Amino acid sequence: MKRPEPVIQVKRRRDLALSVIVNQVPYIDFLGVSFDRHGDQLTATMAFHDDLIGNPTLPALHGGATAAFLEVTAIIGLAWTSLWDEIEREVLDIEAVQSGDLGLPKTIDFTVDYLRPGLPRDAYARARVNRSGRRYASVHVEAWQDNRERLFAQASGHFLMPQRDV
Amino acid sequence: MKQKEIDAARQFIEAIPHSQRLGMKVEQLGEGRAVISMPYDKALIGDPVTKVIHGGAVSALMDTAGGAAVVVHPLAGPGTATLDLRIDYMRPATPGQTITATAECYHVTRTVAFVRATACDVDTARPVATATGAFTVSKGLA
Repeated sequence: MKRPEPVIQVKRRRDLALSVIVNQVPYIDFLGVSFDRHGDQLTATMAFHDDLIGNPTLPALHGGATAAFLEVTAIIGLAWTSLWDEIEREVLDIEAVQSGDLGLPKTIDFTVDYLRPGLPRDAYARARVNRSGRRYASVHVEAWQDNRERLFAQASGHFLMPQRDV
Repeated sequence: MKQKEIDAARQFIEAIPHSQRLGMKVEQLGEGRAVISMPYDKALIGDPVTKVIHGGAVSALMDTAGGAAVVVHPLAGPGTATLDLRIDYMRPATPGQTITATAECYHVTRTVAFVRATACDVDTARPVATATGAFTVSKGLA
């Protein structure tokens, strides 16, 4: 029987793949979004800063910032899910991801439900890929702040998968 | 709607921190209609190869324009929040070009304002994205 891969090596491989997927997109850094990984599950965090405010009198997060956060989470979640097998089989071409040559899913449509005002503090989100075909994918995203059960926004959208000549 | 109220709304919209950060400018405002522009910025790139702006930034522009159209509608109050927003992306915006969103608040009830919006770059014949949304109407002000 083959010996299991050392845990440090597994983590290094997965974390490298994730950071390369995320770092190719300047807008993710602009928004202040980062991703935590537990196994194959990603949780996105949008660290609060004053530039995310849409209503200074409440104050509350800008609906556009919330929408963008959910869309970023959906795209990275979808890219991550679709590349997971290659990451695990150690066949992912990291350089092709780095240069952006592999491409990211493109949004076809995206619908955001605003459930309660976004508070001026960190926000978290997770994406669930409900269907992922060769061309199209459907993704649902949930976002919360202090309490995982009290969502402040959710979204679902359709995406065009990058076409790869494999 | 009085010009004074529209000017106040313009000041309010131009002071929104997130919209300011994205470089948005109010181009036109009045009677349930808002035109807002967002210049190209490399920090907003979503696709590193094509240099196309991320859809999220276009969503923020649509949301700002939608909310702006609501607050200048004669039957809606001065405050609003987005209830839902759906965006359809028709084509990538051309890198380097300003994106301009035109939003129209086409129906207002006592509680809800309905909005549609279109975003274009220089080629105004082919929209980059369209949006429809529902926004809250501030109570007791209509």
